[in-house]
Amino acid sequence: MAKEVNLLGLWASPFVLRVQIALELKGVSYEYLEQQLWENKSELLLRSNPVYKRVPVLIHKDQPICESAIILQYMDEVWGACGPAILPSDPYERAIACFWVSYIDDKFGPSLVGLIRGKTDEENAAAAEQAILGLELLEEAYEKSSRGKRFFGGDDVGYLDIVLGSSLRWIEVIEIMRGIKLLDNAKFPLLMAWAERFRAAAVVKKLMPEAGKLMEYAKEVQARMNAAAAN
Amino acid sequence: MEEVKEVKLHGYVKSGYSTMVHYALRLKGVCYEYVEEDLKNKSEELLSLNPVYKKVPVLVVDGRPIAESLIILEFVDEVWKDNNPFLPQDPYERAKVRFWAQFFYQKLVPGGYAIRNSEGEARKKAAEEFVDSLIILEEGLRKDLYTGVPFIHGERPGLLDVILSGSHSTFNYLGGLAGVKLLEKERMPILCSSLDAFVELDAIKSMAQDFKIPKPPAPSAA
Repeated sequence: MAKEVNLLGLWASPFVLRVQIALELKGVSYEYLEQQLWENKSELLLRSNPVYKRVPVLIHKDQPICESAIILQYMDEVWGACGPAILPSDPYERAIACFWVSYIDDKFGPSLVGLIRGKTDEENAAAAEQAILGLELLEEAYEKSSRGKRFFGGDDVGYLDIVLGSSLRWIEVIEIMRGIKLLDNAKFPLLMAWAERFRAAAVVKKLMPEAGKLMEYAKEVQARMNAAAAN
Repeated sequence: MEEVKEVKLHGYVKSGYSTMVHYALRLKGVCYEYVEEDLKNKSEELLSLNPVYKKVPVLVVDGRPIAESLIILEFVDEVWKDNNPFLPQDPYERAKVRFWAQFFYQKLVPGGYAIRNSEGEARKKAAEEFVDSLIILEEGLRKDLYTGVPFIHGERPGLLDVILSGSHSTFNYLGGLAGVKLLEKERMPILCSSLDAFVELDAIKSMAQDFKIPKPPAPSAA
């Protein structure tokens, strides 16, 4: 491959966004290869991620690394000298950050998917409840782990900031689609302030997908999910 | 990290995740206190240590709790990094180990619940899918990590061996429910070799004396 580092991605994917933010923070030069995921998955994608056939995949010196959390840890280990560390260096703080990342991927993220996919009022209400519970826990976690600093990771954007932050545009889109408020300033003042700081970070401003474009994409996702369910 | 003083594991005798942490601590030679939790009647202490999930295992190190078995395993590996490292040194090899560890949690764990929570034809199908996932794991390990020695990624037991052996009793239990042998030596030689070698480790053989957990199954008894 022409460049030493390649990223197989999808512009709308929050998981891919995590890796892009991390690559920018590390100042790593890379080639971005947009993938088709609905039909016609590329040979390269199927070869690089035969188990899950999904993005992101980081290809470094022709070696593929899959799964965003694993990619971010890999990046810290390989490009440790470039830019600030993504994961906390203290083992306990790292375990706490990993705990919340795992929570976001296992509980919070799926509740957002539930809000896109939900067909009945009950389904949407249940998903919204789970999402809001997640935000309550994350508001508390932010208070505990940031200790008054700007980000979850401290002075700089870190692992948990990247993982939660990469879902912000999707949260906005879902709020509009469902006519609900998830990130409520009254309920979650710390997270709201954190979100503003995160969005304002130069690297994030550059990479965050456009809300309008993402809304169109979300509608397409919904339509496809409904069609698949109907079959 | 400074010298650790106090290590306490909150677990449950039948929890494979608890067993994984026992194994990890034993392999590292860590002295720890064990608290058996009654999961039908959860203690105030457990609820305050793991308010998010209210589950075991929880490892408490110098008063600070860590929950979620995979996170605990990596934490233990980092804190006691000089004894029996669980991960290779090379970042790409480490990424591959982590990938398959995550595969276990993403595919085999839900697969196990699918067997447990179903019956009849549905359970039979769930068991078949579980075996399919084990084969994917076996073939993935062969392609990515296997170096021809008894343990999955080296001469010494590592993260994947701990996860697999920790789950051994659970595999037996699930196999019993489904009426099939989930782990077959012929189809899964790497997985079975790891399980066989693990129960022979001194640190593991001596465990049943110290803690009220069932002795590990005899080699390839699944």
